[in-house]
Amino acid sequence: MKTSNPRAWFLVLPVILLVAFNALIPLMTVVNYSVQETFGDNLFFWHGIGWFQDVLGSERFHAALGRQFLFTGIILAIEVPLGVAIALSMPRSGPWVPICLILMAMPLLIPWNVVGAMWNIFTLPDIGLLGYTLNSILGIEYNMTQSPLAAWITIVAMDVWHWTSLVVLLAYAGLVSIPDAYYQAAKIDGASKFAVFRHIQLPKMKKVLTIAILLRFMDSFMIYTEPFVLTGGGPGNSTTLLSIDLVKVALGQFDLGPAAAMSLIYFAITLLVSWAFYTAMTKDDQN
Amino acid sequence: MLDWMAWTIPTALVFVFVFGCIGLLAFLEVRTPGGDPRHGILGIETTRGDRLFISILGTVFIMLAWLGLYGTPLWGGLGIAIVWWVFVWKKV
Repeated sequence: MKTSNPRAWFLVLPVILLVAFNALIPLMTVVNYSVQETFGDNLFFWHGIGWFQDVLGSERFHAALGRQFLFTGIILAIEVPLGVAIALSMPRSGPWVPICLILMAMPLLIPWNVVGAMWNIFTLPDIGLLGYTLNSILGIEYNMTQSPLAAWITIVAMDVWHWTSLVVLLAYAGLVSIPDAYYQAAKIDGASKFAVFRHIQLPKMKKVLTIAILLRFMDSFMIYTEPFVLTGGGPGNSTTLLSIDLVKVALGQFDLGPAAAMSLIYFAITLLVSWAFYTAMTKDDQN
Repeated sequence: MLDWMAWTIPTALVFVFVFGCIGLLAFLEVRTPGGDPRHGILGIETTRGDRLFISILGTVFIMLAWLGLYGTPLWGGLGIAIVWWVFVWKKV
């Protein structure tokens, strides 16, 4: 018989305290900031819902939010299918497994700002390998400091380069957990490769893919360092994603009130999308 | 000690309300454990905690939408939010 002891909840207490200290209390402070105006010196004046009204009506916020959804949509549409495809073509056993895994894990180990700097140099038209090859050898005009399209292609390529591995590793973990009996049964039934993928591999990968998509959604929705180092939000404002804009407002202009209101709207959107997504993906398990 | 958090009475009341709700949930959980799961009209299983989460998150978006599309005063948004809470706790 299973015994249950509610006092076990005390074991969770340290985590609750830690989360309160590093997440909850700062978040409460942001809520407080969002309804006040400050001129520094820890002096605050009541401003009501004015900042929220400003942010919701601001063209700049709409544009940044639009760019953010576009960016996240593009990278998810590329990274998830690509990651699954790579995981499917990786060997399940033998000496190549560790080599593939290490190669895949490498981009994940590189810090964000280094990735940004690497791609910045890589794409410089005069000395960068990619920039020079495209401009001077292939004759394709490519300069991400001048063309918004080139800047977008670069940040998307960089994110795909950096993070597809995460999807690969998670999908691969799901794949190797499938017992051989499933494949043998499929072979006896004469199932096609696609049928095996559709009815065995994809359902078995569903859980890890949920986590992969959620992680990639949240990370890319909050992405800051890489595009900041790479393009600085430019040319113009064309790659100013939401968090870059937020930091400009909060630290560049030191408008803590509007920045707090913006963060809360940002947070609410992240929370809603993550919840909706998680609920939709785990719905079948409940039955 | 809490000066740096720049507290205001309205925001304090918001958090008192939220933590009050969580406290109430804890109380209900002790009395009838299991979270009262059920299948609502969204087609998903929700417990009391899920319903509180949906209610609060929905309220945030209702108020933001009201403020963005209509503006002040917010009474209309509050009315919709109350209807939303009743709907969530009855049907979802």
